[in-house]
Amino acid sequence: MQFSEAFIQTLTWLIPLPPLLAFALIVLVTNRSKTLSHVTAIGLMGLSWVMSWIVFYYTLSIEHFGEHVIAAAVDWLPFGSAAMGTQPLQMGVLVDPLTSVMLFFVSLTCLLIFIYSVGYSNYGKPRDDHDRPGTPPHGVEPLYSRFFAYLSLFAFGMLLLVVADNLLLMFVGWEIMGLCSYLLIGFWHARNYPDPKQITPRQAAVKAFMTTRVGDMFMLLGIAYLYSQAQTLSFREILRSDEMLTHLATTPSVVAGLMVSHVVGLLLFAGTIGKSAQFPLHVWLPDAMEGPTPVSAMIHAATMVSAGVYAMIRMFPLLSAGWRPGDPLTPPMLAMAVVGAFTALFSATIAVAQSDVKKVLAYSTISQLGFMIAALGIGGYIAAAFHLVTHAFFKALLFLGSGAVIHGVEHGHHHAEQLAHTGGHAAHAPAAPFDPQNMFNMGGLARRMPITYWTFVIGGLALSGFPFVTSGFWSKDEILADAWVHAPVVFVVLAVAALLTAFYTMRQISLTFLGEPRSAAAEHASENDSIFRPMLLALVVLAFFAITAGWVGILEDFLGLRMPFPNWFHGYVGGVLLEHPPALEFNPVPLAASLVVSLGGLLFGWWVYRGYRKGADDPLAGPLGAMYAVLRDKYYFDELYERLFVRPAVWLSETFASEWVDKGVIDGTLHLVGRGALRLGRIFRDYFDAPVVNGSGDLVGESVKRFGRSFRVIQTGRVQQYLLVGMAIVVVLGAVLLLPGLGQ
Amino acid sequence: MDALFQNNLLSLILFAPTVGALVVLLLPRDQVALIRWTALVASLAPLGLTIYLWTRFDAGAAGFQLQENYLWFAAINSNYHLGVDGISLPLVLLTTLLTPLALLFSFGVGERVKAFMVLFLLLETGMLGVFLALDLILFFLFWEVGLIPMYFLINIWGSANRQYASFKFFIYTMAGSVGLLLAVQTIGLTLGTFDMLAAFERWPAFSGTIYGIPAATVRTVAFWAFTIAFAIKVPIWPFHTWLPDAHTEAPTGGSMLLAGVLLKLGAYGFLRLVLPLYPAEAKLYAGVLALLGLLAIIMGALASFGQSDFKRLVAYSSINHMGFVVLGIAAAAAVTGSAAPEIRATAIMAANGAVLQMFSHGLSAAGMFLLVGVIYERTHTRNLNDFGGLFPLAPVYGGLLIFTSMASLGLPGLAGFVSEFMVVRGVWPIFTTLTALAMIGLLMTGAYVLKGIGRTLYGPLNARWQGHRLEITAREVVALAPLAALLVINGVWPAWLVTVINETVTRLMA
Repeated sequence: MQFSEAFIQTLTWLIPLPPLLAFALIVLVTNRSKTLSHVTAIGLMGLSWVMSWIVFYYTLSIEHFGEHVIAAAVDWLPFGSAAMGTQPLQMGVLVDPLTSVMLFFVSLTCLLIFIYSVGYSNYGKPRDDHDRPGTPPHGVEPLYSRFFAYLSLFAFGMLLLVVADNLLLMFVGWEIMGLCSYLLIGFWHARNYPDPKQITPRQAAVKAFMTTRVGDMFMLLGIAYLYSQAQTLSFREILRSDEMLTHLATTPSVVAGLMVSHVVGLLLFAGTIGKSAQFPLHVWLPDAMEGPTPVSAMIHAATMVSAGVYAMIRMFPLLSAGWRPGDPLTPPMLAMAVVGAFTALFSATIAVAQSDVKKVLAYSTISQLGFMIAALGIGGYIAAAFHLVTHAFFKALLFLGSGAVIHGVEHGHHHAEQLAHTGGHAAHAPAAPFDPQNMFNMGGLARRMPITYWTFVIGGLALSGFPFVTSGFWSKDEILADAWVHAPVVFVVLAVAALLTAFYTMRQISLTFLGEPRSAAAEHASENDSIFRPMLLALVVLAFFAITAGWVGILEDFLGLRMPFPNWFHGYVGGVLLEHPPALEFNPVPLAASLVVSLGGLLFGWWVYRGYRKGADDPLAGPLGAMYAVLRDKYYFDELYERLFVRPAVWLSETFASEWVDKGVIDGTLHLVGRGALRLGRIFRDYFDAPVVNGSGDLVGESVKRFGRSFRVIQTGRVQQYLLVGMAIVVVLGAVLLLPGLGQ
Repeated sequence: MDALFQNNLLSLILFAPTVGALVVLLLPRDQVALIRWTALVASLAPLGLTIYLWTRFDAGAAGFQLQENYLWFAAINSNYHLGVDGISLPLVLLTTLLTPLALLFSFGVGERVKAFMVLFLLLETGMLGVFLALDLILFFLFWEVGLIPMYFLINIWGSANRQYASFKFFIYTMAGSVGLLLAVQTIGLTLGTFDMLAAFERWPAFSGTIYGIPAATVRTVAFWAFTIAFAIKVPIWPFHTWLPDAHTEAPTGGSMLLAGVLLKLGAYGFLRLVLPLYPAEAKLYAGVLALLGLLAIIMGALASFGQSDFKRLVAYSSINHMGFVVLGIAAAAAVTGSAAPEIRATAIMAANGAVLQMFSHGLSAAGMFLLVGVIYERTHTRNLNDFGGLFPLAPVYGGLLIFTSMASLGLPGLAGFVSEFMVVRGVWPIFTTLTALAMIGLLMTGAYVLKGIGRTLYGPLNARWQGHRLEITAREVVALAPLAALLVINGVWPAWLVTVINETVTRLMA
């Protein structure tokens, strides 16, 4: 098929809009009908997907696409005048190879998550009378339409961010997603837990919003700074101009010793630390698991957290301005290398000791994002972008798989309860509230839920980097290869993190799917209900990409073989940069390392958890000793931040600013002055008027009192009197205005 | 006839509400519906005229447009002189837009309807007069005229603590007015005219002595008199403590206009009078002004987060948002007359942002007060701890509350973000550290906005409200809808407004 360039340009403008339209339609029109709402949302998301893939397909045929991009912009904000030499701020869209790749996977994963949500929200089941809006339902979700509206708005934010041609429009999409993540994490806002210490969805939502906002504020400063130095925010004008980059990399900044590009880069990176949940702003992401599972998949795989990494990949020419391979890293790159590598390892250790099936994946996400950030920090531009793509597929798969597991176990729990009732097991004591997300309550699900099992295994193996087949292997291998050449320290840290990744993944698979069922719920779990059909469809499609997405980035001379697609990804995405980055040569050392850590971690995980029996302690608890509790409790960062930031902020607000300063100091002074004036008046009356002026003085005092009394009369609240005052004002005003005119 | 209409367009806008007030005054007291609708129609007339004015306004033309100049007080050479430019026009539009909406919402007021409506319309004339006046005495006159109806609105129709609040509001503002009046008289007597355009030209350069004191000293004193009067009105920290009381106790319609328009009078005073009359003094003390603006941003946000009264929380948020206006104005003041074009350009950005922020805040603050009023009317409580889980009971209200709160928070895509970004971008090269510190305030904005949403809508339903009808009514939605629409339009396509502002600001600073 042939498309004209004008058509593709128009299409690019339109890509983000269908989900926005869906949001508006659901909110304003279809919200009473669940069917119409999801048809609207999925239909319009599907439209965005088709348009995205058409654009992607079109770009494949452009030669030197990195230079001949699809771009269009309009004047958006007038500023100054042409005579002064200022230009209006422009807004526009841009499709270059990086955007194009993002469009490919973002639109698809979003669509699949939408489809999955139909089943996840129990579409087709009758409404359960016990369900309350704002709590997880047993029947069909009471707020079904609203859920699809939020998802649509979220998809709009992400697609807008992807097609944006400048930093400000990107930030718009970035923040819209922030709002949606707040709304979606807190979707079950009425939910409470018996344990008051357990974080509720509404608290998790606020935590996510505020933690990411910390990063966003730095980012906003970065954008303002860049704009004031570059006089533009357009990606092309800044990132593909050698002159501009040199200017930014050589102009001293407001911080001594650093150049403008360094400070801007660090500020923008702070935004990514928040959005992509890097240390030390990682705390929000695990708690964000309180949202419904499709939300977790959307926020933690396909879209929002990827947005942080995407922003860094996009801004890489600025972050690395003045740097050539082999040079010492620029300050922003160094920060990324350190933070990324540390986060990758740090959160992998936490993931090892989690018992909640989704929490493991959450920490795994933080860790994998750390891989990407670290790769970018050491200059592995392509490797970071590649891992972003593969991770989006396999992590969305894992999250959606875990959602299916949770639904299956809940289903089993329900079933088991009914059996217990009808079976006359009245002796059963009312059990403690059953936690369908605790992996220690599962086991043996492989037989009960085979499709979920096999797709989950594919996702898990991709995450572990299982060699040669899975996509995760190729992208992770490329990161390790880059690290091996550029920064051996980072290489070692990431290799250990990769080992832990494989280990906790196998732990998760073993506890969830293998062995014998460890609860009645697991025994009766099932994926045969009709609600599973859309869910399984999404899983199968994602599993396909979790394997194949890696094949486009295999090194040309890998093991000396000739590959069918000789590293297409490198050639395609590398075109974004001014200088095409040199492809790494094949090196057996990092390959050996990635084989060892991946297979070794998987084997070790299987070996430790193969014989786990119901009721036993976690086999890790013994060997790790006290460390196990530290890992399980996430190194106590939540408690630390609570003491360090949350409580002082509350004190500053409630006590310092409101009580002490406003009511105490400022109003206190005013009241003092007021009282002083009163007392002064009284002194004048008592000690001057009365004794000195006497008789005539009485008159003054009396008249003051009388004045006061008559004023009191005014305030009787009688409307006529007020109106009289109003009238008087009008009359005076009128006289003042009209009389001089009459005199003319 | 047509020429008469064209030549007196500004006067028509200015006095249409007064005429409406007189008509309402003549209506029988018990015809409540008639009074309400008459007042609404009377307040729609200036809106229609302002839209027409907008089409007649030529953004590219220099100076004030549609001027009307009549001799008024011959003895002291004070004229009835009106005119608009790109700074005042958006504020005139804001006033004529918000008044009918606040009036429509105030259909819920059941006591002394006639007096309420009359005062409301007189208030509109007072506010419009400040934006339109080009004569110092006229400016001062309208400045005071706006004060009196608001005092009564709070004092009569306010809630429990209204006596204290209205008195505090009155005394605070009067304290500023005294200095303002003296300073205005000094200028007038010195120059022999109260005309602003003449004063802009001659007052900054006036040398010699006034009352035997060197002109520079008098100018500095007069500068502070102006500054304090306007600082109280904005309000700038630490002159702000009248605001939470007045806004909280005022009836909803009054709060909408207080936050939506009255605060802008102060900021407008800075731009219209302080910068042109005292360029040297403003430049000298710009740092102080910026620091106080920063304190307003941070302390306003903190105090807002510290409230448990929903309306007080919203009231404090105004201090936080107006802080950005002050910061933008301070940046513009700091570089007055600077030679470097980049610095002048950045000041233009800051000043554009300040004016746009006035408009954005007018929309979002009025919307927030309206929504707080809706819930207060039904529950008779404003305490956030009394609410909880109201979202399922009032989904439309909930959606609108989240939307308006996000606009207030400065969510990109809505009006507040554009203006805050312009201010941050414009101020950064001039007051770098202060801009960075302002981010603390912006962070806390998120905290208080989420507190408002979370305590009302989220959580398990407070059993007290089970079975209550809390949903917003059609009339209230109609009153909010234009605000919501403009919040989106200004966030997506601010150019229609910024073009007008930018032309004037650029001419003033370039």
